[in-house]
Amino acid sequence: MIKSLNTEDTLENAGLTDEEQQLFSNARPQAYEPYPIKAVEDFANWARANSLWILAFGTGCGAIELRPLMTARFDASRFGVAGRPTPRQSSVFVIGGYASVKTLKRIIRSYEQMQGPKFIICLGICPVNGGMYFDSYNTVNQFDQYLPVDLYITGCMPRPEVLVAGIMELQKKIKAGECNGANRYVENFDWYKANQKKVIKNWDMPDYNW
Amino acid sequence: MIIEDFDFWLGKAGYFSLTLLIVTFYGLLVGAFIDRTIAKVQGRIGIPYRQPFINILKNFFKRTAISHGVMFYLGPVFRIAGGIGTLAFIPVLYGSEMFSNFSMAGDLFLVIYFMFFGQLGMALGAGESGHPYAAIGIARGLSQMTAYEVPFVLAVISIVIQYDTLSITQIVAAQQGGWQNWTVVTNWVATLAAMLAFLGMMGYSPFDIFLAPQEIPIGPPTEFHSAYLGLMQLNRALFGATKLVLFMNLFFGGATSWPELMIKTLLIYMVAIVVGVAFPRFRVDQGIRFFFKIPTLIGIMSIVYVQMMLVA
Ligand code: SF4
Repeated sequence: MIKSLNTEDTLENAGLTDEEQQLFSNARPQAYEPYPIKAVEDFANWARANSLWILAFGTGCGAIELRPLMTARFDASRFGVAGRPTPRQSSVFVIGGYASVKTLKRIIRSYEQMQGPKFIICLGICPVNGGMYFDSYNTVNQFDQYLPVDLYITGCMPRPEVLVAGIMELQKKIKAGECNGANRYVENFDWYKANQKKVIKNWDMPDYNW
Repeated sequence: MIIEDFDFWLGKAGYFSLTLLIVTFYGLLVGAFIDRTIAKVQGRIGIPYRQPFINILKNFFKRTAISHGVMFYLGPVFRIAGGIGTLAFIPVLYGSEMFSNFSMAGDLFLVIYFMFFGQLGMALGAGESGHPYAAIGIARGLSQMTAYEVPFVLAVISIVIQYDTLSITQIVAAQQGGWQNWTVVTNWVATLAAMLAFLGMMGYSPFDIFLAPQEIPIGPPTEFHSAYLGLMQLNRALFGATKLVLFMNLFFGGATSWPELMIKTLLIYMVAIVVGVAFPRFRVDQGIRFFFKIPTLIGIMSIVYVQMMLVA
């Protein structure tokens, strides 16, 4: 169910050259409403919660905490978690700690290529308020200024147990239908884009990476 | 006359839909079982049995999907058409009117053709996605497929000479009356060649280079998502189970009841798993060289063997 949005309204893609403009879509992303029948939506949410595919994209120190999830000690596959090497198929993006401006660009690109509904978990204290990199010249301090976050797991560094607990918490939230990050992103798209462009100076990609 | 015929085909189609449903369900379940087995080897607990079903549901419930063009849509459709087509011409249970599908005189050829068809459709679809990793995956997948088809087809030719028929039903019929009549006993050389090809066909280690999750993300399906991926996962279960049924029919005496089918196919599957958990991955050139050496030689030997057997 697509929420009515002005589809005439296209993106500028000002960061691209004339030649590149032809190659990329300039359509705006759209928000999606839940299924009209509640039982169907609940069932869909149950399926989404029990099949969380995490994008294998490591940022910051936390990337190292993601790896043990799939090993014999923690075995997150018990909860339906699996790693996916491509953003197209994944539904969870784990921001593993600080995001430097350079990485933020890639994070945005990958996030926009994920298919909704999609969820972001922020690991560690750095994405919350900057943590020990609060005065660094090249990391962003408040991650939710740039992309919608569904769940924070704080600590420096949270251990894999906590990550597993966080994933179970995310599952509860998804089942309750509270994780609508993708819609929030679309509804406040211009605000998020303005924030992103404020820190990313060399914006040479389309405004929305389809 | 025409009406009667129509009823007959309608009934056949109904039975076939039922077979399709059972085989897909069984394929998904056996997939979970295999995943759990591999997990146990690695000291993990593994996924719950319902996981493959949830994954497919999840993919169909995705809210967005994007397209890369017409062929991109058709890729998964061709693939599942290949899976359904393969199953349609394989008699699933021997002696059962209900589960013998559209089996007919030359079905063995048709089945081999359909097994190719799905892969080629997938190659076109993944090619259209424009992802470089997809292209690499396809190149590897197709070259490996060409390599393992050689021993497989040689083995099939061998048993076609042995039973003097191209009908799978007749091949199964010839193997009835106890295990000593199974192809695996009467023509063990061909079975050996086919089982080596089977390792390549199932795509487990050491022959999983075309998916290679750690190197080229996941090969051909890199760009596929949402419902496209859901279709492909369904097909993976269906096609996997179909191949097992085909091998059971050709080499292990077929089955006359569902429990027999399940036990036999599971044991055949286990061959690929035991090899898979024990061996690391081959590079694509190593894999191709492997198939062109010993399995192909065994395949040729199987034809000589069967000729000698017929003369004797
Ligand atoms: S929270 Fe600590 S461990 Fe995590 S990225 Fe920041 S400094 Fe590194």
